[in-house]
Order: sequence, then structure tokens, then C-alpha cells
Amino acid sequence: MTQLILFNVTNGLIIGAFYVLMALGLSLILNLSNVINFAHGGFLVIGGYIAYTLTPYVGFWGALLIAPPLTAAIGLVVERLLIRPLYGRDPLYSLLLTFGLAFIIEDGTRFIWGAQGKPVTIPAFLAQPLSYEFFFITGYRLFMVVVVLFAIALLFLLLRYTRLGIRIRAGTLDLETVSALGVNVRTLRSLNFAVGIFLAGLSGVLAAGQLGLEPTMGAGVLMPSFIAIIVGGVGSLTGTLLGGLLIGVASGLAAVFLPAASEAIMYVLMAVVLLIRPRGLLGEEGMMT
Amino acid sequence: MSGEQTRKLIALAFIWVLLLLAPYWMAPLGGYTALGTRVLVLGLAAMSVNFLLGFTGVLSFGHAAWFGLGAYGCGLILKFIAPSTPLGLLAGTMLGGVMGGLLGALIVRRRGVYFAMVTIAFGQVFYYIAFQWSSLTGGDDGLRPFSRQPLHLGFTTIDILNDSIAFYYFVLLCFALAVSLMGFILRSPFGRTMLAIRENERRARFLGIPVERHIWIAFTLSCFFMGLAGALYALVNNFADPRGLHYSQSGDFVMMAVMGGMRSFWGPLLGAAVFVILQDYLSSITINWMSFVGLLFVLVVLFFPRGLLGAIRRKSEA
Repeated sequence: MTQLILFNVTNGLIIGAFYVLMALGLSLILNLSNVINFAHGGFLVIGGYIAYTLTPYVGFWGALLIAPPLTAAIGLVVERLLIRPLYGRDPLYSLLLTFGLAFIIEDGTRFIWGAQGKPVTIPAFLAQPLSYEFFFITGYRLFMVVVVLFAIALLFLLLRYTRLGIRIRAGTLDLETVSALGVNVRTLRSLNFAVGIFLAGLSGVLAAGQLGLEPTMGAGVLMPSFIAIIVGGVGSLTGTLLGGLLIGVASGLAAVFLPAASEAIMYVLMAVVLLIRPRGLLGEEGMMT
Repeated sequence: MSGEQTRKLIALAFIWVLLLLAPYWMAPLGGYTALGTRVLVLGLAAMSVNFLLGFTGVLSFGHAAWFGLGAYGCGLILKFIAPSTPLGLLAGTMLGGVMGGLLGALIVRRRGVYFAMVTIAFGQVFYYIAFQWSSLTGGDDGLRPFSRQPLHLGFTTIDILNDSIAFYYFVLLCFALAVSLMGFILRSPFGRTMLAIRENERRARFLGIPVERHIWIAFTLSCFFMGLAGALYALVNNFADPRGLHYSQSGDFVMMAVMGGMRSFWGPLLGAAVFVILQDYLSSITINWMSFVGLLFVLVVLFFPRGLLGAIRRKSEA
């Protein structure tokens, strides 16, 4: 029993870390630009399929390095052409536009790569189980967690110490003042969007190695990422981090005791948090309320 | 009577005549009565979304949940409890409205994008319940078999099951009642308060209007209308589908409202008509209709944000 619980908690943490990666990207874009990016899952799929296409030529490691920036570049183009005209308008419009975009991306990947699931080959030594006692921890899962942790650390360092990061954080609090101080807000928003999409692309590559690829996989991870943001509190990236891990563990535990509820438990958790603390765990009052 | 009032009355009369005669003019134009019935039902749903979106200024992106609950409420009654169409409609409306009101109390304290996100996420709860609880709901396959029942009025029986034109008029009657009630609410002091909140929430608050409570009431009312639309939709299809609860269905409803023109009362009905006909047509000619619907979203948002009626009105003002 203990081992079973341990298994599911670890499993939950791994899945949670993955949600965090998605949710952080969504959260960045939401905080600075007030855009709910419904197409975020779509960018995950794009990242995964780019990795799939590149793997035969550059190997898994090459794909891991190249696919996320390529996805971010596509994101940059999308932001320039489609989303930029919508800043300053009711958030309804960017929501609807990215919603439509998610449709197009899903259908487009099906058109290009086919509806059949595609496997991505991972290096053999990562596919080995690490220990035969704890059979569930394959090298790849551990590797995933390490990459996610590394990416999160890098993101927080970027936000804390670089000029871009400081501007993004300042813009989240008060974009008008940042603009008045001479920062080009358009460029700031573009770069911020690209960083968010980079994280989605990275999630895509990691997910491809673990689960294989399907055109519909984007929609499945979108909702948990939303819940992670709501539970953690809109406006707080640390909250998003906490929220993602929390729902991962909660659904892991639910899988032990009530398997049918492992999806529903996230929503229950969200309802409880909203009931007790409407702004989310670490959300600040007055931010986007 | 001013010129504008006359114009409004003429437009109103035109809409109702068009709706009343629909079974007769649709067939020669290549449509069929069931298509008209679907437009009415989805139009009612889009108008319910717009009751909140266009007139209170609150973006709910999870309204498919209440629509789907209405459908399941109606279907479950017809399948398990009693073969009675009115009872099914009542149950569906109540299920959608009551659940919406309960969860609405949690939701209405948030605003803007946060409100949208919370409504999306809560909406998905019911999708998962319908999907998982297959012994009751039929899971992924949907709820069946059940069928709408003939109406027994005491002196006569109307066979809405087999006579599609009779069914159209039955749906039109429900639609007319719901829409009149909606219009009546919007013209009441309460409706004017909703508009005040939409235009300037802070000022409304300073005037002493309990904004949260008003939004909650508007949200709940809209959920009741949505439940009715969902229950009617179950009757249209003789089937309740978990995809009717999914957030992509919510997106479709919001799109209908925006495409038709969300600042106008009748806009969403027009949007629903265009959307339903377009989807019907596209899915018959291409398997990639999802891309086209997505493209429609993108184009409407970028070039037609005021919707069809909004664009027409703007032109006539210019």
C-alpha cells in the first residue's frame, strides 16, 4: 500500500511538473497581455511534431534543442499577425481568436502528419527503468523532471535578473508606467509571448518522448494548466508552480483510492480553493479581479 | 411615434413573420424543417449567452455546461422516469438553472479573463461527469434511447414526434415564450441595471447597486434559459451528447453571439443561423471543416468584431 501511494504521489509530481511547464507559459502571456491563449495546447502539439520530424536527422538531443525555439518562432509570427491587433480590445476577442487557432492547428497537424499516433524514439539508456524495486521510475521520467526543473529555474532567473525579465514583471504590474518609462511595450509583449510558446514547445518534445504524438493531445493538457493557474492564483507565477504540483499530486492520490475521480479531483480542488480563497492560493487581491 | 420606433416595429414584425412561415419558405430554398428547428434552439442558446455577454458584459465561456445539463436532465426524465415532453423540458431547465445558480455563486466574484477561465474550468466538470458515469449517462456514446413524446392536451393530441412541422411550431412556441421573457427582463429596471454594470461597473457600485448579486442573478437567469435550450436540443436529436457539454461547444455559442452582433437582441439568432447552415454545408463538402470553422473565428474577430447586425447598423448610421 505504501509503495502504491508512493508510486502515485511520485507519478503525480511528474505529471504536475509537466502541467507546470504548460501553465507557466500560459500564465506569462495572461499576466502581461491579458490574453487567454487557447492555442497553447496547439503549440505543444506543434513542438512535438517538429521534434518528430527532426529526430531522424538530428537525433533526440538535437530535436530537444531545436524544436522549442522553432515553435517559439512560429509563435512570434502568430503574435505579430493575429494577436497584436487585439491588444487593448476586450479579452473576449483574443480568446475567440486563439480558440479558432487551436482548431486550425489540430486540423492542420492531422492534415500534415496524419491522424495516426506517432512515436518519438528516445535514447535507449533513458528508456531503461532506473531501479527494479521502484519499477515505475524510468530514466526518461526522471530526465523529464530534470529538464522541467531546469527550465523553471532558468525562467525564474530570467525574470529575476535580466532586463527583459524585470520589464516583464514590471509590465505585469503596471504596463502603462513601463511604457511611459520608454520601454517598447509591443516588443516586450512579443518576446514574452515567445517565451511562453517556447515553454509549450518544450513540453511538446517531452510529452512526445513519453506518450507519443496525436493531433488531439493539446486539448487534454490545456484544462489542467488552466486549473493550475486558477488554484495558484492569477498573477502569481509561484502560485502557478504550486497549483500545478498540487493538482498533479491530488490526481495521483485519487488514482489510488478512486480511479474514476482522478480527473474530477482537480475540479473539486479548484472549487474548494475558490470557496475558501477566491483569489487563489497566492493570488493578490486587485490583480485582474 | 418616432421614425426609429416604427423601424424597430417593422423589423420585429418581419422577424416573427419569417420565423412563423419558416417551414414554408425554407424547403424551396433547399433547407429542411429540422434545420430550422436546430437554428431556433441554438439561437435561443446563443441569445442566453448574449444575455450575459452582451447585456451584462460578463464573459462566460462555459455555458455549454448548462446547455448540456438541460439536455441530460430532459433525456434522463424521458428515459427513466416518465414519457412526458413537458416534464422533460421542465426538468432540463431546472437542472441547468439550479446547477448554474449554485456554481455561479462561486464564480461571480471574479471578473474579466479570470471569470472566463473559471467558467471554462467549471464547465468541464460536467463534461467529465457525463463522460465517466456511463451507467447513467451512456458515457462517450451519449444518452439514448429516448424520444420526444406526443403532446396530450386533453381535447387533442399533437404528434410532435413524427410531424416535423408540428415539432417546429412547438419549439417556436417555447422559443417565443423564452425570448419574450428575456426581452421583458431586459426592459425592466433590473435589465437597465445590468446595462449600467456593463457600461461602468465602478460607477454602478458607487451608486449603491449590489453588483455581485446582480451579476449572479443575471448569470442564473441565463443558465435557466440555457437549460431550456439544452432540453429542447435533446428533443430535437432524441439524444444527449457529452460533446454538448464540452468547452468547444461554449466557444461555438459565444461565436454565434459575436458573429451575429452581441450588442443587439436578435444578433445571436442571426449568428446561429449562419453558423448552423455553414457547418451543415462545410461538413458535407470537406472533412477539414474544423479548419474552416477555426478560420471563420479568426476572420470574424479580426475583420468583423461587431458582427453582422453591428456592421449593418454602423453602415446605416454613417
